[in-house]
Amino acid sequence: MKKFTKLGAVSALSLIIGASSAFAETIKVAFIDPLSGPFASTGANGLKQFEFAADYMVNDKGGLLDGAEIEIIAFDNKTSPKESLIQLQVAIDQGARYVTQGNGSAVALALTEAIDKHNRRNPDSRVLFLNYAAVDPALTNEQCNFWHFRFDANSDMKMDALTDVIAANEDVKKVYIIGQDYSFGKAVSDAANSMLKAKRPDIEVVGDELHPIGKVKDFTPYSRKIIASGADAVISGNWGADMLGLGKSVIENGFTGPIYTYYAAGSGMTAAFGETGKGIIRLVSEGVVNPSPSPEATAYYDAFLAKYPDANIDQTRISNTIGMLAAAITEAGTADDVVAVAGALENMEYDSIWGSKLVMRPDDHQLIQNINVSAHTNEGVKYTFDSSDYGVVKESTVEMASADIATSCKMKRP
Amino acid sequence: MNDQITTDPSKPAQRMRAGSLTLTLAPWIISAVFLAILPQIFTNNSTLTIMNQMSITIVFALAYNMLLGQGGMLSFGHAVYAGVGGFAAMHIMNMSDFFASIPLVVLPVFAGLFGMGLAMIVGSFSTRGAGTVFAMISLGVGELIAACSVIIVAFFGGEGGVSGDRTYAQPFFGVEFLQQIEVYYLTAAWVIISAALMYLWSRTPVGRMANAVRDNPERAEFLGYSARWVRFYSFVASGFFAGVSGGLFAINYEILTEENLNTASSGVILLVTFLGGVGYFFGPIIGAIVFTLLQTVLSLSTELWAIYAGSLFLATVMFFPGGFAGLIMMHVAPFKLGKLRLLIMPYIKTLIPAAIGILGLAALVEMTFHVRHAAAGDNEMTLFWTTFDSHSLIAWAIAGAVTLIGLGIARVTAPSLKEAWDEANTAGGAS
Amino acid sequence: MDLILVNLIDGLVTGLLLFMLSAGLTLIFSMMGVLNFAHASFYMLGAYFAYQISIALGFWMGLLIAPLIVGVLGAGVERYGLRRVHQYGHVPELIFTFGLALLIEEMVQFVWGKNQMPYSVPEILNFSAFAISGNSIPAYKIFMIFISISIFIGLLYVLTKTRVGMIIQAALSYPRTVEALGHNVPLIFMGVFGVGTALAGVAGVIAGPVLGTFPGMAFVLGSIVFVTIVIGGLGSLWGALFASLLIGWITTFAKAYNVKMESILNAIGFTTPENMDESMLRDLWSLTSPQIADILPYILMVLILIFRPAGLFGKRTQ
Repeated sequence: MKKFTKLGAVSALSLIIGASSAFAETIKVAFIDPLSGPFASTGANGLKQFEFAADYMVNDKGGLLDGAEIEIIAFDNKTSPKESLIQLQVAIDQGARYVTQGNGSAVALALTEAIDKHNRRNPDSRVLFLNYAAVDPALTNEQCNFWHFRFDANSDMKMDALTDVIAANEDVKKVYIIGQDYSFGKAVSDAANSMLKAKRPDIEVVGDELHPIGKVKDFTPYSRKIIASGADAVISGNWGADMLGLGKSVIENGFTGPIYTYYAAGSGMTAAFGETGKGIIRLVSEGVVNPSPSPEATAYYDAFLAKYPDANIDQTRISNTIGMLAAAITEAGTADDVVAVAGALENMEYDSIWGSKLVMRPDDHQLIQNINVSAHTNEGVKYTFDSSDYGVVKESTVEMASADIATSCKMKRP
Repeated sequence: MNDQITTDPSKPAQRMRAGSLTLTLAPWIISAVFLAILPQIFTNNSTLTIMNQMSITIVFALAYNMLLGQGGMLSFGHAVYAGVGGFAAMHIMNMSDFFASIPLVVLPVFAGLFGMGLAMIVGSFSTRGAGTVFAMISLGVGELIAACSVIIVAFFGGEGGVSGDRTYAQPFFGVEFLQQIEVYYLTAAWVIISAALMYLWSRTPVGRMANAVRDNPERAEFLGYSARWVRFYSFVASGFFAGVSGGLFAINYEILTEENLNTASSGVILLVTFLGGVGYFFGPIIGAIVFTLLQTVLSLSTELWAIYAGSLFLATVMFFPGGFAGLIMMHVAPFKLGKLRLLIMPYIKTLIPAAIGILGLAALVEMTFHVRHAAAGDNEMTLFWTTFDSHSLIAWAIAGAVTLIGLGIARVTAPSLKEAWDEANTAGGAS
Repeated sequence: MDLILVNLIDGLVTGLLLFMLSAGLTLIFSMMGVLNFAHASFYMLGAYFAYQISIALGFWMGLLIAPLIVGVLGAGVERYGLRRVHQYGHVPELIFTFGLALLIEEMVQFVWGKNQMPYSVPEILNFSAFAISGNSIPAYKIFMIFISISIFIGLLYVLTKTRVGMIIQAALSYPRTVEALGHNVPLIFMGVFGVGTALAGVAGVIAGPVLGTFPGMAFVLGSIVFVTIVIGGLGSLWGALFASLLIGWITTFAKAYNVKMESILNAIGFTTPENMDESMLRDLWSLTSPQIADILPYILMVLILIFRPAGLFGKRTQ
């Protein structure tokens, strides 16, 4: 009896997988990110931005090369490295030669390694990895490879920009660093310590600590320590519920100084912070949406809102990713030979509609771009987040941040 | 009140009786042949990857059922034994000199030994009691080790996990395991071997005593067996095979991360085993296959896969506590009575409308989801190979009508199915 | 010294919140002998319902209505789900609640989406009650303490002083006898289940604004509630109270003070190794108490189960 179950199951399986593997005249980009589970909102929002970018920037303008369209195929990895590797295999079988992912450095590290091995073992079906949001410095340092390109600034570069801004703020004398207990939280803490020391030796780091990731129910004890330490500013690399919980708790217990964050916007967080976060929450990111950096950006955002009234463009790098990929395919004259496309991407200079020049550094495949520090507010916000009255407005910009940051990457080219 | 957690004592764990040697061996030989020819039918890598994932889950679920089904011990933290075995295998992979001297095929043995070692340590204090005490200790230990995975970076590699390269092992008869198909055969061989070993274990005196201890520890003690040591042996053996599955995971994915240890993975394996049926040896195999398909293939088609999986699971617990295996074995009695064909027509009359009704319900759920979450102006959705406007009344009317009619017919015909079922299970009588 | 007082208050709030969840769970356990895995899911439902009601009718109506809805839902689950599964034994019952927890989480995501909900403290309580050397204690926390303590007193009164409470207590221990005396025992069971889940609902309503209202909120709290009632002793209301406060204070103080493993190890006579990078134990040496604060309850539970399997206040041995 079990044989029949197995047979039926497997034939259903091949039917579903095989259904879409027929060859078509599209350039397939596999989007491997969480669409279910705790981080689904970030993934689903990213997918909307990718689909919109592909349609608006490429497909509606007649496609690439001889009219080939970019097709985004979504794969749900449930933020699990294991599921990501299975979905990667499915994506490759369906003919995707470009893979994009962003949520979770653990997944990105698993993917970049798997792609490197796959490309070595299967030279006929090589793929490129377009990383749009995983910021672990290791991806463009000791774990770098030729197939991986990062379109976001890595966490060290963001911290470099952030500490520039903090250094310029004379009111800040004492800083408290708090983050989640894993590689990214530690990277933020290390970078903040060393960079603050170099830029403003007079700033005292009054606290530096890590808390378990996703396990803290109540942040009150941490906020008590932060307030008791007399800190003027807080730096945190937290994301998701940990960011909201920490931020709300610190503010509720009486903190009034700036909280410098990486991820305290969008995905419901802007709405949830609302009035309490005004004038306190700061965000370091690439790309600017308020004030709109260019007429093209305004048109782009308006068209996006017409399609998805409830969604945000909180990751401007997604349109940069699609734009640079399209430019590289055009320059290489082919979408199938990913080595040629990778060659075209390396060292590419590209003008983003979000008001920055972008340069893909060939040494480590890290994109060099402007980095901004924005404030959470309801004043002067044209494009709000989460259908609330609040959004982020640019306060300061670091031009071509960390363009000369050192890398330990030893790129092996095919 | 009896707090002893047991499965239904009236149903012994194994119904399979060894009739003759050929009859005993037949399922194993058929399975082996079947696994060997599968890749001839499905050649693409993704299908192979999914079948590998199924195989890993099968070994793990069988190992888990050694506790739950055969020993009556409910564990909420069994993923740690598979995980620790896998991490150990990864570290062996990274010890380049040693790894180059062993063939890859024996790696799961090392992983199993590490899983077993951990099980011996934990089992030394957790198997003293069964029931709630055992379940809660397993939960606590599981949480502890999972939490350690981000704290003890030296062994667990933190958030990024530990990765390696399987191809640096000593070539096995010239095979370097570069291709997915080679890994498939390795995994398939291990599935057969582990399943056979676990089956044989359940035939040994200790395996038999596990059933007795599950059902009535006091009486088992009167037979001269220490209930505690019987539980301990089952636990350690289960830890070994869980470790083997972790080793297979390491070979397939070449990376182990925190997710191999966390409570979610432990919960999933409980669901898988129960879904398949804890009362029969082959139950977890079915559970592993169905669940992997749900998780990997259904999630390609719909974001709502977890809702369907959850509903299926609840329905199973409520209506078929024997799981899929129990459902299949319910038909053995009518089959032996030669009355199986009596059931065919009633089944067609009830189950097909019910299935259509359920699909209609799923369509309604999907349409609600689409209306709520799709882009503005994007009213077009594709369901069951038809593309239509999710905001149009007609689509809703059709889906609603299909649901009502399907479930309605099933409801009307259900009594006659019940009658036919009773009839088919009654010995004698002419019809 | 001031900080100790502040931490005592914070720990009390955490502990009492935990108690509202564990009180219901422990009652349900002593009644049916089943650990209800979906208990924290009812807590989540409480928060989401209250958020939805608070949009239309304000916070106070949410506090009043949401627990009622949750209680009715809970009673429905007992009547149409658990009672059916009960005949198959304890493992299927436990697994049923496990599956229910997963399904409720998915349903919540289906209805409300996956984002954080902007459910916040009502304006009238949104001020600082008093401050202890610069650390403000929000009025809402005082309100939480007040609500939980009155619930505990009310529960204790009903269970020990009223006729209904007597019948419930009797039904918990001798259901057959109570039934023979003409009481409707299944109805009592359903009622207790409903009240237990309603208590979880209350906890969700008042915790939602401070701890966040999001689909993962049940999972974060889920297993810690079990730990609480196991430490306290299954079925014991006092045990649940004691264990809740204990866990509240332990975790709060472990987070509030940076105790380093290095200093503990040095104090008992080990010397810090010269070169840490090579040692496999380097992570052990750099361990700090906030890192492990949230796993301390699990360590405590395992130890208690090994040395006193009935829990601190439990009478029954397993």
